[in-house]
Amino acid sequence: MANGGSGSPLAIELSDINKSFGDVHANRNVNLTVVPGHIHGIIGENGAGKSTLVSILYGFYGADSGTIRINGEPTTIRNSADAIGKGIGMVHQHFMLVPNFTVLENVMLGHEGSLSVETSARKAREALNKLSQDFGLAVDPDMIVEDLPVGLQQRVEILKALFRGAEILILDEPTGVLTPLETEQLFDILRALREQGVTILLITHKLKEIMAITDDVSVMRGGEMVAHLQTADTSPAKLAELMVGRKVLLEVDHTPARPGAPVLDVQDLCLTDTAGIDQLKQISMTLREGEIVGIAGVSGNGQSELLDVLSGIIAPTGGRFAVGTNEVTANATSNPAELRDFGVAHVPEDRHKCGIVLPFSAAESMILGYSGSDEQDGGWWLSPSRLEESCASRMKEFDIRPPIPKLQSANFSGGNQQKIVLAREISTQPKLLLVGQPTRGVDIGAIEFIHKQLIALRNEGCAILLVSVELDEIMSLSDRILVMNNGHIVGELAREDADETALGLMMAGIGVDEKDSRSVTGATS
Amino acid sequence: MSPPPPLPRWADVGLIPLINVFAALVVSGIVVAIIGENPFEAMMVMIKGAFVYKGSLGYTLYYATNFIFTGLAVAVAFHAMLFNIGGEGQAYLGGLGAGLTCLLLDSMLPALLLVPLAIMASAGFGAVWGAIPGYLQAKRGSHIVITTIMFNFLAASIMVWLLAGRLKAPGQMSPETRSFSENAELPFIHDIANALGMEMARSPLNLSFVVALLACVGVWVLIWRSRLGYAIRATGHSAKAAEYAGIPVSTIIIITMAISGGLAGMMAINEILGVQHRTILGFTSGYGFTGIAVALMGRNHPVGIVLASLLFGALYQGGAELDFEFSTITREMVLLIQGLIILFSGGLAYMFNRPLAHLLGALLSQRDRKDHTEAGQNG
Repeated sequence: MANGGSGSPLAIELSDINKSFGDVHANRNVNLTVVPGHIHGIIGENGAGKSTLVSILYGFYGADSGTIRINGEPTTIRNSADAIGKGIGMVHQHFMLVPNFTVLENVMLGHEGSLSVETSARKAREALNKLSQDFGLAVDPDMIVEDLPVGLQQRVEILKALFRGAEILILDEPTGVLTPLETEQLFDILRALREQGVTILLITHKLKEIMAITDDVSVMRGGEMVAHLQTADTSPAKLAELMVGRKVLLEVDHTPARPGAPVLDVQDLCLTDTAGIDQLKQISMTLREGEIVGIAGVSGNGQSELLDVLSGIIAPTGGRFAVGTNEVTANATSNPAELRDFGVAHVPEDRHKCGIVLPFSAAESMILGYSGSDEQDGGWWLSPSRLEESCASRMKEFDIRPPIPKLQSANFSGGNQQKIVLAREISTQPKLLLVGQPTRGVDIGAIEFIHKQLIALRNEGCAILLVSVELDEIMSLSDRILVMNNGHIVGELAREDADETALGLMMAGIGVDEKDSRSVTGATS
Repeated sequence: MSPPPPLPRWADVGLIPLINVFAALVVSGIVVAIIGENPFEAMMVMIKGAFVYKGSLGYTLYYATNFIFTGLAVAVAFHAMLFNIGGEGQAYLGGLGAGLTCLLLDSMLPALLLVPLAIMASAGFGAVWGAIPGYLQAKRGSHIVITTIMFNFLAASIMVWLLAGRLKAPGQMSPETRSFSENAELPFIHDIANALGMEMARSPLNLSFVVALLACVGVWVLIWRSRLGYAIRATGHSAKAAEYAGIPVSTIIIITMAISGGLAGMMAINEILGVQHRTILGFTSGYGFTGIAVALMGRNHPVGIVLASLLFGALYQGGAELDFEFSTITREMVLLIQGLIILFSGGLAYMFNRPLAHLLGALLSQRDRKDHTEAGQNG
């Protein structure tokens, strides 16, 4: 495995890779060289072609032209089995695990051997133990995967790849689902793998991760490789500029808030889902005019449910919340249409499933939620020309590209889809804006724009509840930060007091009740 | 194999149905050749039988009328992602609605009042028969495919029970109602034409065809120009997005199924008010099911449904002619050919999508490349 010497061939060498999907040239003359035993980062905005490139490398797509060399040998990779055969392993952003199988069963999936799995299971167990020791990847092989925390599930994915003999490991946006602590642990593992001579290709859009762990970095923009750099010689600002093609303001221009009258009042809000699980436990908070309250937390700790309840999609099972004088309880329920009338706008977490309707035209998606009561003159009918007219003016205002109201919503990039949602929700001049993951899958240029819009809206007196898994986003936008863990609000920090360590510990549910939360570091996993 | 580039819309809408029909005809031709007849001759007989012979066009359009109604019914439901397999039963119940109205009122009301009332009753009965499975889907989670299929059997049983019992004409042996008075008749097109001085051969084509075309316009307006249609499509494309938007998804499902059932129910006016002038047993004879293939082939768009209905109408009428002309080609053979068309344009509707997409993709990229090299040489 160890061949880090200078004379050895390159682990990966891609030359002039081209790939088109219809009119979209996803990869254009892409070159990439990866030195064995290095951690090589590929960074780029969404739609820059990163995923296409690694999909070609892992055999999901065939390149239209270009050559691939693995360890110096020219190679064709037709499918993932080919890739595995060449020693390439991949850890997907969304795990490919069978949730009700044990760790061992997942690892040996596809390598069951003959009719009886006994022998191969024994061999797999031995191999797994050895891998765990070699790389410090401790996981109990007999645990059921769905019972494991996300960080450990990811470890299983890594073990799976190593078990198949991977010497080159591709990680696609691996930290999206992890807490800061788990991210640190993942990086420790990656460093250990590098020590053992494993070559790692890290796909990410987070500048900080590139700086923290990679040896080399390649930047993609618009389907092309725009730079190959040594991480030590570059800076986040430089990388951001390369990614976007212009100077980018990484810091939000955040002026102090001037909170006014309360807009949203939440008291002892509870939600028990149909399976009988308490998703929200006694949530209480108040939101005032002109402030942004951020909710930090690892995804799946009740933030999504909180947004669903406050927007009226799900009725609470206990407690109450009030928007202005309009009260909602378990008995006096409401619905999204009514809450919109009360001045609640909602940018949903899942833009594809909720925020827009992918097969609809942009003009049609632009009235989602307002189709019954929009500023069009009511009645039974919708006039497409009028919809397109008002859509076109909003597209101009929010710089949505391409500015074609008739274009199918699915054909816009993630950032522009999000701008459609934001344009729609902001244009109603809401009193309260619920925002979930405003910049998930959105490129840096659009992030800057969206953040500016949110701050501007706040300055106009709107109360904003911001849910995001991106801690940086929470910290740079929020005036106050609430932390959620396991359905509870476990703490509140003022903007000035918030730092990653304090938030990270609270998110992990550690030291909630203790004065000095920092003394209990490292108690998980 | 790498996924093909997306199929252009014109190819998906225009080319694919033609390829499907062509493939079905080729297979049918092979079958005809195997039994020792000339497939091209048979084809000519079918075309003449459907369009050329005296009165044949009227028959073709009369069949098409049924398919338009049942095809629209399937299409409307499909826009809310509901598979309404119950067109047959809804049409059957529509016949009950029209029949009851006429039986009760045909001696009292003039045609101008009675016929619209009977049309509304057929739509209303069909709507109720569609809305019940819709309710069960929306509120109880019973799958619409299963319930609508079961409702077909229920409808058939109810109709046998009524037509062989309470509704049977006194002193009659056959399971049907008495004939309605002339007030309940939708006029035949050939009668209208003759009255206007135009010569036209007798056929069962009646004013229901015009009602069917109006229904097409109505469905188009409903789906693409109304707020309700917006809600239906949003629900169909993404129930989560509809919930987020505050669209009452359950209500929309029930309303959509009612509209769908109503359209299927209106098929009865062609048979009951237009031709039979009484409610008879089994008048739906499979049109409700064929509507599924019609909607599939017509891509759930009214224009496509009219075209697909014409094709199926021609198959029905031309097929009857085949049966008549060739001693070896029996009624069952004709059914086989119709079955093949349904198989290729329904069951195998997407079989040619991938190969065609690959082919077009290759052709287009070749052209692109040529353009690029030319541009490169010029620049």
